[in-house]
Parts: sequence; C-alpha cells; structure tokens
Amino acid sequence: MKLLVCISKSPDTTSKITFKEDNTKFDENGVQFIVNPYDEWYALVRALELKEANNGSVTIITVGTAVDDAVIRKALAIGADEAVRINSEPHDAYFTAMQIADYAKTNDFDIVLTGKETINYNGSQVGGMIAEALGTPFVSLASKLDVNGSTATLETEIVGGVEVVEVNTPFVVSCAKGMAEQRIPNMRGIMAARTKPLNVIEPSAIEALTSFESYELPPSKSACKMINPENMEELVDLLHNEAKVI
Amino acid sequence: MSTLVYINSNNGLAKNTLEAITYAKKLGEEVIAITTGSADDSVLATLGQYGANKVLIDRTVNTDDSQQITNVVAAAAESMGSNSVVFSHDFIGKSVGPRLSVRLKAGLVPGATDIPRNGKIRVNVFSGKAMGFVSIKSARKVISLLPNSLQPEGGGENCPVEEFNGNAGIAGVKVLDSKVPEGEIPLPEAELVVSAGRGLKGPENWGMVEELAKELGAATACSRPVADIGWRPHHEHVGQTGVAIRPNLYIAAGISGAIQHLAGVNGSKVIVVVNTDPEAPFFKAADYGVVGDAFEVIPRLTEAVKKFKANG
Repeated sequence: MKLLVCISKSPDTTSKITFKEDNTKFDENGVQFIVNPYDEWYALVRALELKEANNGSVTIITVGTAVDDAVIRKALAIGADEAVRINSEPHDAYFTAMQIADYAKTNDFDIVLTGKETINYNGSQVGGMIAEALGTPFVSLASKLDVNGSTATLETEIVGGVEVVEVNTPFVVSCAKGMAEQRIPNMRGIMAARTKPLNVIEPSAIEALTSFESYELPPSKSACKMINPENMEELVDLLHNEAKVI
Repeated sequence: MSTLVYINSNNGLAKNTLEAITYAKKLGEEVIAITTGSADDSVLATLGQYGANKVLIDRTVNTDDSQQITNVVAAAAESMGSNSVVFSHDFIGKSVGPRLSVRLKAGLVPGATDIPRNGKIRVNVFSGKAMGFVSIKSARKVISLLPNSLQPEGGGENCPVEEFNGNAGIAGVKVLDSKVPEGEIPLPEAELVVSAGRGLKGPENWGMVEELAKELGAATACSRPVADIGWRPHHEHVGQTGVAIRPNLYIAAGISGAIQHLAGVNGSKVIVVVNTDPEAPFFKAADYGVVGDAFEVIPRLTEAVKKFKANG
C-alpha cells in the first residue's frame, strides 16, 4: 500500500499571533514552527499504522522552502519512509494542492491523506482540491479509517453525528480527531530521520487564485463583569436585558 | 449574472442554509439555489422568502458524495451563467467547495464571515486568534460562509422550484450507516452552548450541565482533556484541535481557558465563565464571570433560568 501524507508547517499552538509590514504579513519572529497537528497526529500517524499492518510505504509531501526542512525532519522522525518538498512558498491552497496533485499523478498512491485543516489558515481546502485534480473520491473530516485490500471503511463527521462510508482506492481523505493518537518520536526515529531521503523538486507553473491582503487582531474584550455566585438571577437578568442572548 | 447557492435540504432547511441564501442576496445579483435529494417543492419554495429567485433540484442524487454534488453544481453554474457560487461552510461546503474551485478554476474563500468589502472577504485565521482579508484573483468565485456569521433575513415571497439534471454520475463514496443522536442540538449550529471541563471532576457529574443545557435549549460541549480521557465524546470537544464554534452564548464551567481552548470559542458573542479560581485566564476573555464552585453555581443558574422562563 502506497500512502502519501500532505503536511504543512504551522505555528506552535501556544504562539502569540502578531503581524508586520502594515498588517500584511504574519510576524514569524520568535515563532516556533511545528508540523500542523491535524497532519501529524491524525493523518501521518494513521498512515504509519496502516503501513505497519499492511506493509507498503509512507511518503510525506509539503510545499515549502528550505527553511521548512527542519519541520519535515520532525515528521520523518515519527516514522515516514521518505519526504518530498516542492521548492516554493505555498502561495495559496489552490497552488499548493495543484503542486501536490501533479506529484501524485505520476506516483500512483493508494491513499492521499491530509489533516482536516491547518491551524493557521483553517481553510479545509487542500484535500478536496487534490481529489478533484486526481479525479478520485474524497472523504472529508474522517475520524476512522480501516483498509481491507482495495476497499476502505471510514467514519466521517456530518452535522450532529457520524456517517460510516465505504470507498475504493485510490482516494483522498482529510483526517480529524479520533483517527489516531499522537506519537512522540524516539531517539532512534530522530537519528534515522537525518538520513532518510528528502527529495526536493521544482514547482509546476501554476497561478494562485487567491491572496491574503491584510490581517487584523480581534478587538479586545471589555472587562469581565463579575457576578455574585449566590445571585444567578442577576446573571440571567443581564443575559436577557443587557447581552440579549436569552 | 447570477449567484448560485448550494443548499443542503436533506433534513429540512437548517438555519445555515437560510444564512447562505441571505448572504448570496447581499452580493447583489440574481440568486439561484441548487439542491439535491428529495425535499418537497413546497419547502424549497420558501427559500424565495430569503432572497432566492429560483430553486433547482436534482432528484437523481441522494447522497452527500462530493463528486456527484460537484458535477451537479458545476453543471448548474454553467447553465445559469453564475460567476459566484456560495456554500455554507459545513461538511458539504468543506468537501464540495474545494472540488468546485478546481473544476471552475475559481478562487475559493472558505469560512467567510462577512460580505466582500472593497473586493476583500474577511475570514478567521490562526484558529480564531486573528482575521484575514482575502481577495480572489479569478473571474469566478467560490465562497463558503461560516455558520452564524449573519442572521437570515426573510419576509419575501416564495419562489419557483424547477427540476434540474446535472448528470451527477456515480457516487464514489458509499454510505453504509448514519448515526445521528436524536434530540441533540448539533454543536456547530447551536446558538447557545453550555460547556464544562476537568473542574467537574468526573463524567458522572455531567447531569447538571445537561440539565442547564436542556433548560436553555443549548448544546453541550467540553474541553480537550475531558474528551481525551473519555468523559465526553470527541465531537463535543471545542478548541483549536476540536470544533470551532461561534454561538451567541457560551457558558464555560470548570475550564481554565488555555489559549488552545479560547481559539475554538472566541467567536462567541457572549462568554460566561464559572471557575473557583479567580486567576483563571478564561476570565480575561469573558463578558460575565462567576467565581464559585460549579457544583453550586450551575444548579443555581438552572433554577434561575427556570424561574425566568416561568415568568415569560
């Protein structure tokens, strides 16, 4: 079974978010980058579990520049066989997805896995875009994935519940919580990651379709109004008459 | 020129579908709704009240398969000459929107929280810690609207409903089973949410949370540690790596308010925090705070809500 896992870098979940150049760029100064948690905890770890149970290979792929190699090595330390970096800034989701799709087209993967979204752009776009470019089915927001030969059974989030679905390979899946448990890389994995193949390939000619023009931080909250814990009637009154939410 | 809106009509018309129609109307062009499945014409016609000029339905499609729905929506966009396509940013918008973007070579803005202003559309980024303004460079546009970003505006007339065949093809994803707990309010759609964390000490203590939620007509949610240790189901976990919600009212009991939790709830209009620790970071993000023991405060609040409802 050949598995391709798409990873993105994202700021550490505790990062303070600030912007520079007149609020047009994310200020990376002092920010620790990690593998996007959905890509790592759910997509990558589940891919490794499937490989361990069924043999095959796990390739990770990202669109990024040489500074992202450190993040790629982190992902390799968890256990992937090899990595591919498409050598470009990821201009937008469409650009990124088309680059990955171009690579996947010539390499016949059984399953392409992504996280359900990145924690920086939260778009949930890349997986569906790759599926369309490859002409394969797409299962989004999957919380379970089991494979038997060329048939996979998945559970996916739908409004207010879950759906159990079946799909034949090849397909693309975006992975959400429940899919797998986070793995902490051990020393052997970290050492091995240093010598695993990291293939850098040049991007295809693709135009981005969107661009982030500027950013804003949300307005800061006014001070919290403290309510006497004995007097919940007052809270209900405020929620009704002042906040007007009940 | 027209704006096409994909509507999920499988279980009646949910609030987020009406929001999508209202949003499309604000874009200023003719609004054509497209849906799949087997909804009654009389139900679909009511979309006209929110601004749809016409509703198309492809009854040959009875799944939520992204390939089938993409085929139908692309065919409708072609035949109606629609340059903009609007979705709700729900599970269908998240699976069909990206496909359609590639199919039509149309820039996609996922999770829009406002109409375009000066050609830019606002979205939440960094898990709600900031907002970004996105421009679309292509002539065709796909926008998916974050639920609860605007209120549906009704008051218009019903509109005509027409059959449409978009040559959907075969569903690549086969649905074997569907488990939707009955009577529960789905979290991403809920306007009121009652949430609790480790401060509740054990899953056996969730009765009072559920009781308050029931009294308010609210959904229940929880913090990540509570979902991780199995006290509550994963789909209730709100936060950076769980569900991001933006209800009108979010009541949090026994949750300290780590930055990852705040990222999932800071779109809420009003936040009430109940915590024994007056230094809990959550109070900084709250509108109303109660320093006290959830075991006493929550039942007291439930009683106060009961009394409020009894007095109308």
